[in-house]
Amino acid sequence: MPGITREEVAHLARLSRLELSEKELDHFATQLDDIVGAVARVGEVAAEDVPPTSHPLPLTNVMRADEVRPSLTPEQALAAAPAVEEQRFRVPQILGED
Amino acid sequence: MSTDLTRMTAAALAGAIASGEASAEEAARAHLDRIGAVDEKVHAFLHVDTEGALRAARAVDAKRAAGEKLGPLAGVPLALKDLITTEGVPTTCGSKILEGWIPPYDATVTKRLKDAGVVVLGKTNMDEFAMGSSTETSAYGPTGNPWDLTRIPGGSGGGSSASIASYQAPLAIGTDTGGSIRQPASVTGTVGVKPTYGAVSRYGLVAFSSSLDQAGPCARNVLDTALLHSVIAGHDPMDSTSIDAPVPDVVAAARQGREQGIAGMRVGVVKEFAGEGYQAGVEQRFREAVEVLRGLGAEVVEISCPHFTYALPAYYLIAPSECSSNLARFDAMRYGLRVGDDGSHSAEEVTALTREAGFGDEVKRRIMLGTYALSSGYYDAYYGQAQKVRTLITRDFDAAFAAVDVLVSPTTPTTAFPIGERVDDPMAMYLADLCTIPSNLAGNAAMSVPCGLAPEDGLPVGLQIIAPPMADDRLYRVGAAVEAALTDSWGHPILEEAPSL
Repeated sequence: MPGITREEVAHLARLSRLELSEKELDHFATQLDDIVGAVARVGEVAAEDVPPTSHPLPLTNVMRADEVRPSLTPEQALAAAPAVEEQRFRVPQILGED
Repeated sequence: MSTDLTRMTAAALAGAIASGEASAEEAARAHLDRIGAVDEKVHAFLHVDTEGALRAARAVDAKRAAGEKLGPLAGVPLALKDLITTEGVPTTCGSKILEGWIPPYDATVTKRLKDAGVVVLGKTNMDEFAMGSSTETSAYGPTGNPWDLTRIPGGSGGGSSASIASYQAPLAIGTDTGGSIRQPASVTGTVGVKPTYGAVSRYGLVAFSSSLDQAGPCARNVLDTALLHSVIAGHDPMDSTSIDAPVPDVVAAARQGREQGIAGMRVGVVKEFAGEGYQAGVEQRFREAVEVLRGLGAEVVEISCPHFTYALPAYYLIAPSECSSNLARFDAMRYGLRVGDDGSHSAEEVTALTREAGFGDEVKRRIMLGTYALSSGYYDAYYGQAQKVRTLITRDFDAAFAAVDVLVSPTTPTTAFPIGERVDDPMAMYLADLCTIPSNLAGNAAMSVPCGLAPEDGLPVGLQIIAPPMADDRLYRVGAAVEAALTDSWGHPILEEAPSL
């Protein structure tokens, strides 16, 4: 199994929306390399014909009755928002400069 | 009244409240006073809801005065893990990203507790988003183990375990994704149960790894744990993975175990959970507990579960993968922290700046690890292969439960380790969950019950009991029997050996 490089960690941080510092990149690169090396042991198990398990319960398509039920008021939903304007969530500009 | 209400069992306290020997308000005040006296040292609570607790207690007293019938835990105080939403009361998950967040709704667990007249004292400390085995990854500082305040109380539910071990509450709620109820119970000399996956609603539990997360009861003895289990378990239409079937009668099973024992039950000792990495005193107390089971008439055999040694690596691929998806909701747009919204940053930059400032190291490591395991090119080798190992672990359990009624092992390989010892060594920290993880992957039920103090350090050791899915009652029958036999041999409950704070 390949290890994990500092450049890969920088890429993962971007994908994960984490603005890591240079110091964190060094630190996490070493630790993630150790962890990936350890968890790669799953590859030792011969499991070609084994079906994957994604969930402990064999449930599919759990439905509920299509009935109106109480929900949060706009005031409740907006109460914890970082910024509110005209009874809406105010967000920063969606498009960056570049 | 002269009895110390904080030293009573939940069952006895509920009885005293129902009979009028004590009021629910007196019980709440006694525990709030205890919190005031000792929690500066222990740091089990992130938030104490004094007014809410007294209001709930008075409501129980008013019901009793009106002649209404009270439930079996009415008026009993409880400490609630800060991962579970509480309307109007802060819920932080031990994270800066949710500092000050006041949920607009109650989790189903919270609602069931309130409906049963259980008095919620406050919210307990935990590893950030339940990621950890020591409560040290909390953004609000560590919790001390009441047996030795320089040691960890387990994690992620260390605040819950420490609160009951230090008599700040007789009951607590934890959540268990890889061992976060059982390992804290083990290292604090208390009882904790991870119910069958789907037995307790996840509605209002802030999600870490949705296919593994399960809330459950914590207490100082098996019967109290059963009483709390029966309050919180049951089908909930608000959680589509909730099991629509009757809850096993865990209270009757606890009484049966204590009074009638376990003669004729078949117990399997997991062969793989011993040897290198296991503390000598943990193995010694575990072997003695197995002899106690044999003495009680159980038929004990050794069982091999060959894929269990791959449970830890499979878990550290599956749980981070699910966490990387679940924690994407913390984007700084609708609730929680927002950093860098100064007109010069785009929404995406604000998200990245906020997550950098709001998440701690362990959460960042797991999000990146999950992102890696799910990325194209690595998916089959990591996440896909881990899902296959999950199947093989479930098959190991199926084969074992065809031969025995329950499995047993140590709950965790060591006693409580010193605060700071493993904090920057993730792989060492992960080993604390070696024995508890298989039950999360397979979704079955498991308990930790105290089985003595390790001779070399005088710290508590836990016996793990594992039962098949929806056979949670077996845990209580076996747990109560072993608890009764051991308490008899010690002459008193194990917690009486803990130093006074």
